[in-house]
Amino acid sequence: MQSQATYNYKVVRQFAIMTVVWGIVGMLVGVIAAAQLVWPELNVHEFLHFGRLRPLHTNAVIFAFGGCALFATSYYVVQRTCHTRLFAPALASFTFWGWQLVIVLAAITLPLGYTQGKEYAELEWPIDLLIAVVWVSYAIVFFGTIAKRKVSHIYVANWFYGGFILAVALLHIVNSAAIPVSLTGMKSYSAYAGVQDAMVQWWYGHNAVGFFLTAGFLGMMYYFVPKQAERPVYSYRLSVVHFWALIFTYMWAGPHHLHYTALPDWTQSVGMVFSLILLAPSWGGMINGVLTLSGAWHKLRTDPILKFLITSLSFYGMSTFEGPMMSVKTVNALSHYTDWTIGHVHSGALGWVAMVSIGSIYFLLPRMYGKTEMYSVKLINAHFWIATIGVVLYIASMWIAGVMQGLMWRATNPDGTLTYSFVESVKASYPFWTIRLAGGVLFLTGMFIMFYNMVKTIAGEKAYNAPVLAPAAAH
Amino acid sequence: MDINDFRSIITVMGLLSFLGICAWAYSRQAQPGFEEAARLPLDDDDLPVSKSRQEQEGRQNG
Repeated sequence: MQSQATYNYKVVRQFAIMTVVWGIVGMLVGVIAAAQLVWPELNVHEFLHFGRLRPLHTNAVIFAFGGCALFATSYYVVQRTCHTRLFAPALASFTFWGWQLVIVLAAITLPLGYTQGKEYAELEWPIDLLIAVVWVSYAIVFFGTIAKRKVSHIYVANWFYGGFILAVALLHIVNSAAIPVSLTGMKSYSAYAGVQDAMVQWWYGHNAVGFFLTAGFLGMMYYFVPKQAERPVYSYRLSVVHFWALIFTYMWAGPHHLHYTALPDWTQSVGMVFSLILLAPSWGGMINGVLTLSGAWHKLRTDPILKFLITSLSFYGMSTFEGPMMSVKTVNALSHYTDWTIGHVHSGALGWVAMVSIGSIYFLLPRMYGKTEMYSVKLINAHFWIATIGVVLYIASMWIAGVMQGLMWRATNPDGTLTYSFVESVKASYPFWTIRLAGGVLFLTGMFIMFYNMVKTIAGEKAYNAPVLAPAAAH
Repeated sequence: MDINDFRSIITVMGLLSFLGICAWAYSRQAQPGFEEAARLPLDDDDLPVSKSRQEQEGRQNG
C-alpha cells in the first residue's frame, strides 16, 4: 500500500521554513530600531528612519514570522488530528504565495512611508484587499479540512485555530474599511471618524493580540505540548472553558488602550473590567498547559523543545498577569506611553509567541524531511538559553525604564511646574535602551542558530509527505 | 424596544450561553467524549521513520 494518499506537507514545509527566515528579518529590523534609539546617528535615510522601521518590525514579526508559524502549524495540526488531507490544495498553495506577497509588499511600502497610520494595521488599502482574499482562502482551506475529517471530534487545538481565523477575518475587514482616494499614491481615509475611529482601531488592536497572538498560538500549545510531553492535555474540559471564556471576553478589552482619552469614561471602565476578567481564563489555560507535564517533569531536563514550550507558557502567564494589571486605570496612568508597554509586549511576543513557535517549528522541521530529530539537539538547547537570557534582559530593562519614565513625567515641583523636561527622561533611559539592545541581539543570535540547525537538518534530504493514517480504533 | 434593549438582551444571552457551556463542559455526560478527543494527537503515529522506532522497540523486547 505504498501508493496510498499522503498528507499535504508541502505547504507546511514552506511556511515552516519561512517562519525562520522572516523571524530573522523581523528581529533584525527590531535590533536596528533598538540601536537607533541608542545611537540616533543610525537614522541614515528617510527610508531607514526609526519611524518607518518600527512598523516594518512589528508587521514582520507579527504577520510574517508569527503568521507563517500559525499557517504552518495549523495546516499540520488540522490534517493530523482530522486524519485527512488538506482541503483545496491549490488554494492552500495560494495562501502561501499570497501571504509571502503581502509580506514583500509590506517590506517595500512601509519604508517608503505608505501607511494608514493605524497600529498593526498600517498597510495601505490595496494590500489590505490582498490580505482579505488570502485570509478568506485560509478559512476555506481550514474549515474545508475540518468538514471532511475522518474522526467525530474536532480536537481543541482546531477550535483555537478556527476561532483565530474567523476573528482575524472579522477584525481585519472591519478595521481596514477605508475610502481609497488614490491607487498609485496608495492613499485612503478611514471609514470611521474621531473617537469612533480610535475605538474601532483598538477593538482591532487588542483583538489582534487576543486572537492573532493568543488564540492561534494556544492552538499550537494544545497540540505540541501534549505531543512533545507524550501526555494528553491535563484537563480537556478546562480547555473547552478556556476557549469559550477567551472568545466571550477578549472582544471587550480594547478600550484599555484608550484610558484617559476622549473615549467615554464608562467605555474605559468596561474595557478595564473585562481585561481584569481575562486573567482567569488566561491562567486557567496556562495551568492546563503546564500541568500536562505532570508525571513527566523529568523530560524538561533533557528535552530542549519542551523547555521552549513550557517556558513560553510561563511567559504567557506572566504577561497575562501584567496585562490586566496595566489595564487598571491608576496603573495605566503611570505605565501608558512609557517603555513599560514595550516591555509587556515583548514579554508576550518574545517570551510567549516566539518561544512556542520556535518549539513547534523544531518539532515540525525534521518531520517534514522524514527525520525524527533536528540535526543538533545541543544547538536547540543553546538557542533556548540564549533566547531566554535575551528576553529577561529585554523585559527587565524596559520595566525599569518604563517606571522611571512614568515617575519622571508625573513629578511636579511644589509650585506645580514639571520637575523634569521630557528630554531628561530620554537621557536617563539610555542605559536601559542599551541593555534592551543587548537582549534583542541575543534573541536574534538564537534565531541564527536555529537557521543553521535548520539548514543542516534539511541539507541533502528529500522532502517527505507522510501517509494519511486511518484514525486509531477508538469506539 | 429600541436598539439598546436588543444590545442588553444579546449581552445577557452571551453570559447565559457561556454559563451553559461551563455547565456542559463539567457535566458527567461530556467526559467520555472529552477523553476520546484528548487522545487524538497521541494516538496518531506521526514519526516518519517508524522503522527506527520498531527497531528500538524490538531491541528492548528481545
